[in-house]
Amino acid sequence: MAHAPTAGTAAGEPKYYVPHGTTWPIMGSIGLFTLFIGVSILLNGGSGTVVALLGAAVVIVMMFLWFGEVIRESEARYYNGQVDKSFRMGMMWFILSEVMFFAAFFGTLYYARQFSLPWLGGEGSDAVTNAVLWPSFESAWPSNGPEAVGGNFQTMGPWGVPALNTALLLLSGVTITIAHHGLKAGNRAQLNLFLLATVLLGFIFLGFQAYEYIHAYTELNLTLGSGIYGSTFFMLTGFHGLHVTIGAIMLTVIWFRCIRGHFTPDRHFGFEGVAWYWHFVDVVWLGLFIFVYWL
Amino acid sequence: MSTATTHGHAHDHHDDHHGPAKGLMRWVTTTNHKDIGTLYLVFALVMLFVGGAMALIIRLELFQPGLQFVNPDFFNQMTTMHALIMVFGMIMPAFVGFANWMIPMMIGAPDMALPRLNNWSFWILPFASGILVSTLFMDGGGPAGGWTLYPPLVLQTGNAFPFAIFAVHLLGMSSIMGAINIIVTIMNMRAPGMTLLKMPLFVWTWLITAYLLIGAMPVLAGGVTMLLTDQFFGTSFFSAAGGGDPVLFQHIFWFFGHPEVYIIILPAFGIVSQIIPTFSRKPLFGYDSMVYATASIGFLSYIVWAHHMFTVGMPLAGMMFFMLSTMLIAIPTGVKVFNWLSTMWRGSLTFETPMLFAIGFLFLFTIGGFSGLMLAITPADFQYHDTYFVVAHFHYVLVPGALFGALGGAYYWLPKWTGHMYDETLGKVHFWMSAIFVNVTFFPQHFLGLAGMPRRIPDYATQFADWNMVSSIGAFGFGFAQLLFVYVVIKCVRGGKPATAEVWDNPEGLEWTVPSPAPYHTFDEAPVIK
Repeated sequence: MAHAPTAGTAAGEPKYYVPHGTTWPIMGSIGLFTLFIGVSILLNGGSGTVVALLGAAVVIVMMFLWFGEVIRESEARYYNGQVDKSFRMGMMWFILSEVMFFAAFFGTLYYARQFSLPWLGGEGSDAVTNAVLWPSFESAWPSNGPEAVGGNFQTMGPWGVPALNTALLLLSGVTITIAHHGLKAGNRAQLNLFLLATVLLGFIFLGFQAYEYIHAYTELNLTLGSGIYGSTFFMLTGFHGLHVTIGAIMLTVIWFRCIRGHFTPDRHFGFEGVAWYWHFVDVVWLGLFIFVYWL
Repeated sequence: MSTATTHGHAHDHHDDHHGPAKGLMRWVTTTNHKDIGTLYLVFALVMLFVGGAMALIIRLELFQPGLQFVNPDFFNQMTTMHALIMVFGMIMPAFVGFANWMIPMMIGAPDMALPRLNNWSFWILPFASGILVSTLFMDGGGPAGGWTLYPPLVLQTGNAFPFAIFAVHLLGMSSIMGAINIIVTIMNMRAPGMTLLKMPLFVWTWLITAYLLIGAMPVLAGGVTMLLTDQFFGTSFFSAAGGGDPVLFQHIFWFFGHPEVYIIILPAFGIVSQIIPTFSRKPLFGYDSMVYATASIGFLSYIVWAHHMFTVGMPLAGMMFFMLSTMLIAIPTGVKVFNWLSTMWRGSLTFETPMLFAIGFLFLFTIGGFSGLMLAITPADFQYHDTYFVVAHFHYVLVPGALFGALGGAYYWLPKWTGHMYDETLGKVHFWMSAIFVNVTFFPQHFLGLAGMPRRIPDYATQFADWNMVSSIGAFGFGFAQLLFVYVVIKCVRGGKPATAEVWDNPEGLEWTVPSPAPYHTFDEAPVIK
C-alpha cells in the first residue's frame, strides 16, 4: 500500500478531495423515509407494498448513483493517500458498529440460556414465576419456553449443512486472500478467477442457507415463532444471511470492477474494504456455528 | 503531514475557493462542515422548542392535582415524546453541530473527512424526527410507555408502534454515521504537529463520545428490532411464555442507555473545558488528567448499566457490582470538576455570558452528579426508584449540565460563526433567568421524590401540590427565557459589533487564528502547529 503511514500526501499528489454539492444523501433520506413508512403501513395491516417498493427502489438507485460517482472519482485519481486512509478508518469503525449490532443478538442468546430459562425453571432467588405460573417447567436447551410456544420442534444439527457451510465460508476466506495476492502481484487472471470463486462460494452458502430454512419450516416445525430457540436461531442466522447477501453483492460489484481493470497493485481500497467485510461475516458465522448450532 | 501542498490541482471542477451556492439547494446539497454544523444547530434549536412545548404540557397538567388539561394517555405520550425528542432530536444533534463547526477548525483540517456522509447524517434527522412527531396524530396516539420503550407495555402502542421503532432506527443510523465521520476526522485530518495530546479538550471529548456512539447505538438498534419482531413476527425475546424475559430488554436498552448518558454530557465537558481557561486567562489545569478522566468515563460507562434497574430483581452479586462500578465514575468526574476549579484558581476571571454558563454548569452539574451517587446506592435506590427524585437527578445533569454546556458554547463561538458580538447584556439576562428558573423547576422535584411522588403520572396526592406548583412556575419561566436566546442569536446573526479574529482576550486554539466570521473554507493549507 502506497499511502504514507503518517497520513501524509506525497508531493505531486492532489489535495484532500472535498466534494462540493451532492444530491445523493437527500435522495437516500427520502428513499428510507418512504421505505419505512411503507413497511410500517404493511405491518399495521394496511396496503403499503407500493410505497415500500417505491422507497426501496429510490434507495437502490441512490446507491448506484452515489457509489458510481465515488468509483469514477477513484478511477480519475481524485483521492490521495489521506482520503484513502479516511475510507479505511471509516470502514473499520463501520464494521465495529456491525459487531455491536450482532453482539445484541448473541447477548440475547446467552442471557436466555444462562438466566431467563434457568430462572423460569425455578433456579436462583427469583423463582416465583416458576412457583406461581409454571411449576412443572424444567429448564433445558433447546427450549420454546414454559408454554411451548410454536409447538414441538426439532433443532438443526451442526454436522450436516451447517458444517458444510462453515467449510464454504472458510474456503471463501482463503480464495479472497489468494485473489488479493494476485491483485498485489499484478496477476489479474489470478485476481479475477479467485474473486469469482469467492462470489460463487458466497452464493452457494446462501443457497444452502435457504435450503436449511425450508427444511426447518417444512420438516422440523422450527420457525421464528418457536419460542426463544426459534427466535434466537432465526434472528442470528437471518441477520447473518442478510449480511452475507450484502457481502456477496459487494463482491460481485468488485468482481465486475476487476474485470474492467479497476484497482492497482498498491491502491485498491474498494477491494480491501469488501474483503474486510467478508472476513467479518465469516467470523460472525464461526460464532453462530459454535453457539447456535453446536453447543 | 503536508496536506496542503500546492501541487496537483488536477481536476478543474474542484475549486476550493468558491463560496456557497445560493438558495435552498445550498443547504440541501452542501458538503461544507460549517453549513452542516449550522443545519444541525438550527435543527436542534427548533427541536428544543418542540420538546420544550411537550415539557410545558406536562408541567401545566401537574400545576395542580387532579386532571385539568389533558387525558392521562396523552400525558404519557408527552413524557415519552419529550424524552425521545430532547435526547435524539435536540441535544445530540446540537453537539454534533458543534463538532461539525469546531473540530475541523480546531485541528487545522480543510473539512470533515467524509463530507457527503456528513450531509446524509444530518438529512436523515428531519425525516426521522418527522416520523416520530407524526406518530402523535396516528390511531392510538404516539408511543406512551416511556422513552425506555419497555416491553410488554410498549407493545400496547397503537399504529404508531412500527413508525416509532423505525424512527429510532433512522436516528441511530444518523448518529453512527456522524460518529464515524468525527472519529475519522480526528484520527486522520489533524494538521502536522497536532499530536493527540495537543488536541483541544473539546476534540478529545468528542473522540470518546463518537466511540461510545459506535459501541452503543447498534445495540439499541438490535433491541428495538427484537421489539418489532416480538410484535409482528411471533418471536419470544421478551416473553416469558416462550422462554424469553422482559427484563432482557431492560439490559439491552440500558447497555445502550448508560453510554448514551455520557454521549450527551461529554461534549458539554469539552465545551466547558474550552470556555473556563479562556475567561480565567490560564491554560487548562491538568490537561493530561482531563484526557485520561474522559477515557475512563468512556470505559466505565459500559459496565454500569444495570444501576437503572436495581428494582427488577437481580442477583445480589449483580447489584453489588453495578453499585460499586457506578460509584467508581465519581472519581474521573471528580478529577474533572477539581481541574476546572483549579483552572479558575488565581486566574484573572471575567464573567462574560459563556463563562457564566460554564460556572453555572459546574455548580449545577455537580448537584446532579451527587444525586446520582445517592441513586447508585442500591438499598437507597429501592426507595428513590421511579420517583421524582430520579427526574430531578437526570434533569440536573441534562439541563444545567448538557444544555448549559451547549448554550455556553453557542455564546462562546457565536462571534466566530457570525462575525458579530452578541448582545452581552441580553446574554447575561438569559443566563440569570435560565439559572434561576432551572433551579426553581428542578430543585423542588428532589423534595417531591423523597416524599414519595412517583414519576410519569398525570395526577398526584394533594400533599405534593405546593412543590409541583413551584416546579411548574419554574418550567414556564425557563421555557420563555429560551425565547430570549433565540432573539439574541437572530440579533447577532443580523448585526452587532464586529468581532475580531480572537474575539476574546488571547484565547487558545486554532479557531481564533482565522477571521470572524470564519471563511467558508478554512485551513485549505494546513497550519503549522508549534
